[in-house]
Amino acid sequence: MFFISSFLHVSVHQVTVFKLLPLYFPSSFPISKIYFNLFFFFFSFSFFNFSKPLFSRLCLNRSMDFAKLKRMLCYWIHQIVNILLRLTWHLLHFTIHLFYFAINIANALESHLISKGLLRRYKSLHISKLQYLAIVIESEDCRTSNVIELLQWLADLGVKHVCLYDKEGILKKSKDFILEKFDGATLFQENDVLLDQPLMTLEFASFSDGKEAVAKAANVLFMKYLKSGSTSSYQGEQIFTESQMGEALKTVVGGNGPEPDLLLVYGPARCHLGFPAWRIRYTEIQHMGPLKSMKYGSLIKAIYKFTMVQQNYGK
Amino acid sequence: MERIRERVIQIYGNLVSLLQKCIFCILSVGPIPNHIAFIMDGNRRFAKKCKLMEGAGHKVGFSALMSMLKYCYEFGVRYVTVYAFSIENFKRSPEEVQSLMDLMLKKIEEILKKQSIVNRYGVRVIFSGNLKLLSEPVRLAAERAMLATAKNSKAVLSICVAYTSTNEIMHAVQESCEEKWDEITLLNSSGAGYGLISLGGYEQDEMDHLIKLTDIEKHMYMAAAPDPDIIIRTSGETRLSNFLLWQSANCYLYSPSVLWPEIGFRQFLWAILNFQQIHFYLDKLRKQS
Repeated sequence: MFFISSFLHVSVHQVTVFKLLPLYFPSSFPISKIYFNLFFFFFSFSFFNFSKPLFSRLCLNRSMDFAKLKRMLCYWIHQIVNILLRLTWHLLHFTIHLFYFAINIANALESHLISKGLLRRYKSLHISKLQYLAIVIESEDCRTSNVIELLQWLADLGVKHVCLYDKEGILKKSKDFILEKFDGATLFQENDVLLDQPLMTLEFASFSDGKEAVAKAANVLFMKYLKSGSTSSYQGEQIFTESQMGEALKTVVGGNGPEPDLLLVYGPARCHLGFPAWRIRYTEIQHMGPLKSMKYGSLIKAIYKFTMVQQNYGK
Repeated sequence: MERIRERVIQIYGNLVSLLQKCIFCILSVGPIPNHIAFIMDGNRRFAKKCKLMEGAGHKVGFSALMSMLKYCYEFGVRYVTVYAFSIENFKRSPEEVQSLMDLMLKKIEEILKKQSIVNRYGVRVIFSGNLKLLSEPVRLAAERAMLATAKNSKAVLSICVAYTSTNEIMHAVQESCEEKWDEITLLNSSGAGYGLISLGGYEQDEMDHLIKLTDIEKHMYMAAAPDPDIIIRTSGETRLSNFLLWQSANCYLYSPSVLWPEIGFRQFLWAILNFQQIHFYLDKLRKQS
């Protein structure tokens, strides 16, 4: 009887522990979570064995109300169900992790085959279809050695115009270092036309080139609006057009840049991390995984998938 | 015989919904997304695949939408946004546009009825987009729907019609300019004497910050909803097609390869599970910005 009661008593603490766990453990591998839970379970179990005598006295107390007992029973059943749900959830996510692990191994094998040139499909890429490529890198992952290797692969494939984006602006800060180390590229000039050039052009962007650039462009348009001497109210009428907005964006720092055809995300999740909104209207967004595990074969596969896409543009 | 068959189907239906409820109970242990957005792509391809008539794909798509909304609201997702009609879609053939408008009109009338999903889950319906581009009957029906559901507060459904993200940003900029203009005119007329109209006394620095980012965000069509947590685009396409570009900075983009009328519980479940896997990372990103 007291084994059951101490077991149930433990569950109360389990509930609070489970709630706090996600804060302390990164989402990478829940096996650690399960082991931690089991450890805590056994620890609390042994701790509450000390309160066995007290608890058994409480339970055997005959003057206890039947209704109170029923309430307690409901409460403990609720706690058990709670624990079972949480264990099932952890188990489910653990299975998904295993699944993704297997998928990663399969992808690694496939990209190995692709880079060896063994898969016929990926042998000839219509690289000319890719006018402008953007790469979004997770700021914490940004190692310049990896970035330079990636740029080398892109240069080998024949990609002419690349934009490197990261949220914090770390790549922007190491702009000179990258251009020095990688001698196959020049900086993208604001009014460059996307012609065939011998060297690759590189653009560096960060989060401030997105929303803040739009705010600056808004100020530019507002000045124009004031200067045009508008005395009558323009309520309800359209005073700006999208092309005017585009023109204003071109004049502000960081707002200029062509629209990429393809956006490769090197990070933990498929998320564009705040790439300038005005430029990714019809951009294909593909997730490549973390930068430190980048593979030449997956790059080829991503570009191949892009060249196979047909867009209607709304029609 | 018929009665037995009906009974069996009913029991099967009940079992399936019980199983779905159990799965939702398990999933609610982890983080629940606050806002899910859907790009309903693939209706025409579905009609071609199943050899249906021209507009039939969209009708099946609508029932798929209703079932997805049911899953979202039962799971506890408060905000749902759907991309119903883009400004670019006006470029399609006039007959197709007209049939889509007629379908939209019919469905708006349907959802306002008593037993519909809107009343069952207490959903407030908002139509986001440049509604002036719509024809008169559709616009009036939309405004009527917004008015009728204005008191509901349990959940929000944003239907994006005549919407593109670039148009939304431009409209927000325009509204902020007009608001600033009214503010300045008011200051000027009350004799605050900044002489702002002549722009005499302003430094270049100050001029650059008259309109702030918060002003622009306040005037977005989607200002009533928080940033989306998941954007689901069906039919395997990996682009956003001018949808929620401003709001999707920290949002998980999911592209199942099924066509929109074929979407079901499986895809919803997979989207939620993937979201829960990376939620810690996305939350961290959101707190940083």
